[in-house]
Amino acid sequence: MSNQPKFDAGEAGKFFFRAGHTGWLGLEYVAHGQNWVELKLPWREDLIGEPDRHVLASGPIVSLMDMASGMSIWQTTGVFTPVATLDLRVDYQRPAREKSAVWGRVECYRTTRSAAFVRGIAHDGDEADPVAHVAGVFMQVSYDPKKRLEAQAESAKTEGRDDD
Amino acid sequence: MTEGSSLELTAYARSLGIEVEREEDGLPVLAVDFGRNVEGRPGHFHGGATAGLLETAGYAALRTRLLAEGREPQLKPINITVQYLSAGRQKRTFALARITRLGRRNANLTVEAWQDDRTRPIASAVMNILMA
Repeated sequence: MSNQPKFDAGEAGKFFFRAGHTGWLGLEYVAHGQNWVELKLPWREDLIGEPDRHVLASGPIVSLMDMASGMSIWQTTGVFTPVATLDLRVDYQRPAREKSAVWGRVECYRTTRSAAFVRGIAHDGDEADPVAHVAGVFMQVSYDPKKRLEAQAESAKTEGRDDD
Repeated sequence: MTEGSSLELTAYARSLGIEVEREEDGLPVLAVDFGRNVEGRPGHFHGGATAGLLETAGYAALRTRLLAEGREPQLKPINITVQYLSAGRQKRTFALARITRLGRRNANLTVEAWQDDRTRPIASAVMNILMA
């Protein structure tokens, strides 16, 4: 893990958004700081969530915020290790403006050995007037207490043999 | 799409590949096949795609119930909380909502998504939807 270069959201975005769900959505990297990442979900006709209004569905916004959450965690820890979303909450303040892209800015405000906590906003151009607020909890998959115990047992066995 | 049903999925839902699989107790069971457009971690559903399916199932159920009651309000999301219970694998995934409470202005729903085993959902959601 120490050989791995420090996670850089800008570089990682080039790789992440080439394929899969985030590639299909056309997510774009915008900016990052020490513990936050901002991504952009460009406007697209076939992501509309209502028949009569040109407003993005909220599904793609959840995807945007989920991805920005994961990247904010890696940006904070500096390491790209698997994380699993446990719980993600989105509070919608208002619909995004018609035919507008949506930006998702998420900060990782706390990490423990096993969990990471994030909060952020989705906005359509003005950070001071968000479309939605989000809060989430992620599990650090690499931290597995069972594997740690197994490793301890394994090293204990080895030590035992050495004692013979 | 069930014949005679007036339910129409959104452009987003159709684009993602979400379909109405069948109806249960008058509410739609939605389904989406695994494919590149829903893939996150290689070989697994992206959490956002799963959330999109849950949310679409919530709206579809509420819309269906409202139409049955002769109501057709505009639906506005207030919030959604998604709990991820296990990884979504390379399989067709289903979702069905339960309308916990239907008032005049607000509806409370719970939604579950599952793959092979209905009793072991891969994700669940709680939604509040405003009806204007």
